Amino acid sequence: MTVIEMAKRNSTGGPDECPCREGMFPRIPQGRRALLLGGGSTVAAGLANAVTAAPTSAPPGAVWYETPPDPTKVQGRPVGSDGGYGTRSQFESAVRRVYSPANLYTSGSLTPLADMIGNTTPSGLHYERHHNGVPTIDPTRHTLVVHGEVRTPKRFTMTDIRRLPSVTRRHFLECSGNTYPEWLAPTGKTVQSTHGLLSTSEWTGVQFSVLAREVGLKFEGGWVLAEGADSAVMTRSIPVEKLMRDAILAYGQNGEAIRPEQGYPLRLLLPGFEGNTNIKWLRRLEVSDKPFMTREETSKYSDLMPDGKAWQFVFEMDAKSVITFPSGEMRLPGAGYYEITGLAWSGRGRVSKVEVSTDGGANWTAASFDNSPEPICTVRFRLPWMWNGQKAVLLSRCADETGYVQPSREQLLAARGANAYYHYNGIQSWYVAPDGRITNVAA
Amino acid sequence: MSPLRFVYSFLLVLVTLARGASVRADPQPIALPDLGQAITEGDLAGYFAIPPSGAGLPPGGGTPAQGELAYANHCAACHGDKMQGMPALGAPALTGGRGSLATGKPIKTVESYWPYPTTLFDYIKRAMPFDAPGSLTNDEVYAVTAYILASGRVIESSELIDASTLPKVAMPNRDGFIPDPRQH
Repeated sequence: MTVIEMAKRNSTGGPDECPCREGMFPRIPQGRRALLLGGGSTVAAGLANAVTAAPTSAPPGAVWYETPPDPTKVQGRPVGSDGGYGTRSQFESAVRRVYSPANLYTSGSLTPLADMIGNTTPSGLHYERHHNGVPTIDPTRHTLVVHGEVRTPKRFTMTDIRRLPSVTRRHFLECSGNTYPEWLAPTGKTVQSTHGLLSTSEWTGVQFSVLAREVGLKFEGGWVLAEGADSAVMTRSIPVEKLMRDAILAYGQNGEAIRPEQGYPLRLLLPGFEGNTNIKWLRRLEVSDKPFMTREETSKYSDLMPDGKAWQFVFEMDAKSVITFPSGEMRLPGAGYYEITGLAWSGRGRVSKVEVSTDGGANWTAASFDNSPEPICTVRFRLPWMWNGQKAVLLSRCADETGYVQPSREQLLAARGANAYYHYNGIQSWYVAPDGRITNVAA
Repeated sequence: MSPLRFVYSFLLVLVTLARGASVRADPQPIALPDLGQAITEGDLAGYFAIPPSGAGLPPGGGTPAQGELAYANHCAACHGDKMQGMPALGAPALTGGRGSLATGKPIKTVESYWPYPTTLFDYIKRAMPFDAPGSLTNDEVYAVTAYILASGRVIESSELIDASTLPKVAMPNRDGFIPDPRQH
């Protein structure tokens, strides 16, 4: 597929192109939408009654098979027919999407948050943000060089790194530009477009503190330049204190090798720090007493304040939450019972509390958690809701274990003005119209 | 030995044996895996990152006049013949925007926003031109750096930019950055 074809495939053209426009979950395959919409029946009934025009090709990441009328009357596929690596069901079609890309080499794709189940993002749906495309790297030729203020500068092969003691931890990653279109006013139509630069994985790798002993790090203050092996040769300066505290040189993601889009074969993982600092395709660490003032930490990824000064080295991602169901461009089929659900996360520790409002913020109810909150990780929250079929405005706000509470858009604007661009973590609100349609509105 | 003492002794032996069986010999503590290959300065020749001090800047140099041709050949297609940028390509403007940072329409360019001149050299050498990164000679990088700085009226149009002059260039927005003041 050429880049142009890829752009056409991924870009959202008119609103009708968005398959999430109509219906609730699950994502409705082409050809079934009209039936599901028509009856006003429950989703299950809609699906059961659906007679589909047979698709002839599978969504990305799936293989198309003939669907028998009765799967109990024909033999299934023999074991091993997938070649030894399984794919998702041909009926699952959620994909990462690229929104308004100026340049597909320095753009991003967003995770379809409304389609996510549980708390882990499938590796193939982890959001992307590259600074000049995805490199192809042979792990047998890839090395990590560690030098500068160390007693023994060293080069590590991937074999060396995989022999060192490892840890496995679940953390979210979020681009500091996530949700930036919402700074001034509700803008994105779906939760994928407003909050999709967020994903959660189980990461496996070597702690930086282990590597520091291998090279004899000379001090525990100072900075380390991390450099990628992509064609942007991406660089950021990271405080040694952070690296020693909890940084991981990760080669594993969700039980297998990190995906190429996530830095194969090796990436830096800085729990809670803005996504771009988690240098992918990591090839070099240079220890110094001062930051290097790279392009990415001066002209980019700095937050402009109303007085014309810019905040620099704004690392931690503040606590944030969003309701993913129901969310923008969905349509509830009618009054009745629903489970409001969403994700909450904080770059400073565990999420301690999530509250949900269904009346635009007049009343708040504590939501329950699907999973035990882990440090610097998403938590899925939910709240049962009996919708009376009237207008409703759904909001979520979270707090983390430091006591920080997610602010409103107004509070953020008052504190940082309208030019900061990065690190928007305001409360998101979804409007539920009496006809069940969900739109992005100001609370 | 009384029968009772015999039983006690027997139990003590059993307990000792049991502990010996359940706790294997402690492994020798490993001081350091000591993996990885030690390297020397020569092994680092292919890497660079230029901090504000200018440490690591290579030999060579260039003037704005020399940079004009290199810019036309390697940069103008994306950044525009007047450095105005081309949003449709994702290529930012390189000049203009001074005095705009505190307004409703801030324009971030090398002259209006970038705090350090060394960053410009580092980034051009590192990642430009976008479709052929790392392909310019050091002289070309110096010259294009000089041309961009001169076009932004940061340096005189005749100034030579090299390892000694570049770090001394005074950027207009040098004091425009403050460390993250958020309450943690």
